[in-house]
Amino acid sequence: MTELPSALSVKNHQVMSGQDLLMPDRESQAVFKVNAKRRRIKERMFTTAILSATIAALLMLLYLVTSITMDGASSLSWDFVSNFPSRFAAKAGIKSAIFGSIWLGSMTLFFAVFFGVGAAVYLQELAGKHRINSIIELSISTLAGVPSIIYGMLGLAVFVRFMALGRSVLAGALTMSLLVMPIIIIASREALKSVPDSIRMAAFALGASRWQTVRDHVLPAAVPGIATGVILAMARAMGEAAPLIILGALTYVAFVPTSIFDGFTALPIQIYNWTSRPQQAFHDLAAAGIIVLLFFLLICNSAAIYIRSKWGAKK
Amino acid sequence: MTSRQWAKISSVQRFREKLVIKSLFICALISVLTTLGIIFILLEESLQFFRHISPLEFFGSTEWAPLFEPRHFGVIPLITGTLLISFGALIIALPLGLGIAIYTAEYAEGWWQKVLKPVLEILAGIPSVVYGYFAVTNVTPFLQFFFDDVEIFNAASASIVIAIMVLPTIASICDDSLRAVPKAVKDGAYALGTRKSEVILHIVVPSALSGILASFILAFSRAIGETMAVTLAAGGTPNMTLNPFQGVQAMTAYIAQVSLGDIAHGSIEYQSIFAVGLVLFLMTMAMNMLSQFIVKRYARKYE
Repeated sequence: MTELPSALSVKNHQVMSGQDLLMPDRESQAVFKVNAKRRRIKERMFTTAILSATIAALLMLLYLVTSITMDGASSLSWDFVSNFPSRFAAKAGIKSAIFGSIWLGSMTLFFAVFFGVGAAVYLQELAGKHRINSIIELSISTLAGVPSIIYGMLGLAVFVRFMALGRSVLAGALTMSLLVMPIIIIASREALKSVPDSIRMAAFALGASRWQTVRDHVLPAAVPGIATGVILAMARAMGEAAPLIILGALTYVAFVPTSIFDGFTALPIQIYNWTSRPQQAFHDLAAAGIIVLLFFLLICNSAAIYIRSKWGAKK
Repeated sequence: MTSRQWAKISSVQRFREKLVIKSLFICALISVLTTLGIIFILLEESLQFFRHISPLEFFGSTEWAPLFEPRHFGVIPLITGTLLISFGALIIALPLGLGIAIYTAEYAEGWWQKVLKPVLEILAGIPSVVYGYFAVTNVTPFLQFFFDDVEIFNAASASIVIAIMVLPTIASICDDSLRAVPKAVKDGAYALGTRKSEVILHIVVPSALSGILASFILAFSRAIGETMAVTLAAGGTPNMTLNPFQGVQAMTAYIAQVSLGDIAHGSIEYQSIFAVGLVLFLMTMAMNMLSQFIVKRYARKYE
């Protein structure tokens, strides 16, 4: 008898005929059934596990938002929005924090858009294969991973102390600009990258210079993508508290900043300050502050989504 | 127009072109300057600090008491505090994040998939001070309800909120790398009669392992650098412990604590935050580089 290929041999080196393979004996049928059942149960457990992980995360989000809304709703009133902070929870408000955040957000927008988009245009459209350009790329990817508190320390040493700007809105906005710059650069480069090359070729063919091509044709086409990135960066800047605390932003401010050299407070700092106190009344104020902060962020994010859906599809 | 006028216009234009490109180059250079600035400032102030305190004490002593006499500057309790919180966060976030990624990449379909991802991203967009508030007012009382020995400030509540915070990071990177596994590889396994969960666990997840690992390390580095939630929830007592129900002080929390008080420029407290900041910076840098290295070195290529 010649030897059959190993695939056809079974336990105890018994050789099966073709007939046996089609009709397995009772024992292996039973083993197969048990195995199939076990595999079916495992399958069901696995599916349940990953579905519950997803549902847990969604429920967490839901609980987070509703519990904060319920905590803060009672303190939210016109007085709360239009009053300055106070030692007394009943009279405390967030007027100075709202104005501080608006000052900070708009100035950060100004600096970060100017330098961030400029850097993105240079790297994506104009840069050659010089060594310095790869160093720039490396430092951008490094900066994207640096904790925000480290930016605060840079701002403290450079803007507050060395340039003697003090604890001003200007120092805060410059620090925040450095913090969000990698976000804007990365988003803007993506937007520029998605502009089709045919547009550049057409402009070059008509004799436009590199800068003219970028300014008149590539940049306008990339505006929706850039705007989306910029808005998300601003949302980040308005929610950050750590760098401002390191800079020494004040926690008790009973005035609205009138110039870029004035001291300031911001919504996240005010929320931090109230949360760190033990009294329940101040915790409720913090929750009300969070509602206002989340409302601002919601506006930013809706704007980003609107821009993306309005102009994103057109190419 | 004469050729001379043409030449004049084009030379003006060339000059302007050069000027614009140079100024945009300077914009790009700002990021290099920022990186160098961070390294320079951390090193410079740390050197001042190490002139007073020997590095041997800083890295060797296990006592951190910088604000009152007798002063001790041993950074180890701050590092263990940071690590306790970060590891705790990762233990919660890793299985959840990977599970969510498997669900969004392999199971969710149609509009549900389109809605699910942006909704989960909201968790990453909520500012960390909000998570700090949530930890203090909700998570800690919740833990105290179930366990007797939970302190008001404790590492566990910080871990839990940081886990929620980094969940979208892990989920979205894992989702991307799970999707990168080619359909042909999965179909091959299905053709052999494998069940969906078996394909995922034995084929898809191992193939995407480099991306999954990279996301874990990135989340770890985020957790280390997180400030507000850690400061609010874990407290300000340097404490070398493995008990997550006790208060600990993380490195970021120390930096924030000192900054909130009035510190004189040039004092040893002022310099000490830069020494701690340097340790923090080096740790996060190492993590980020490791994660990039894993992606580059171990990413599986499909032809």
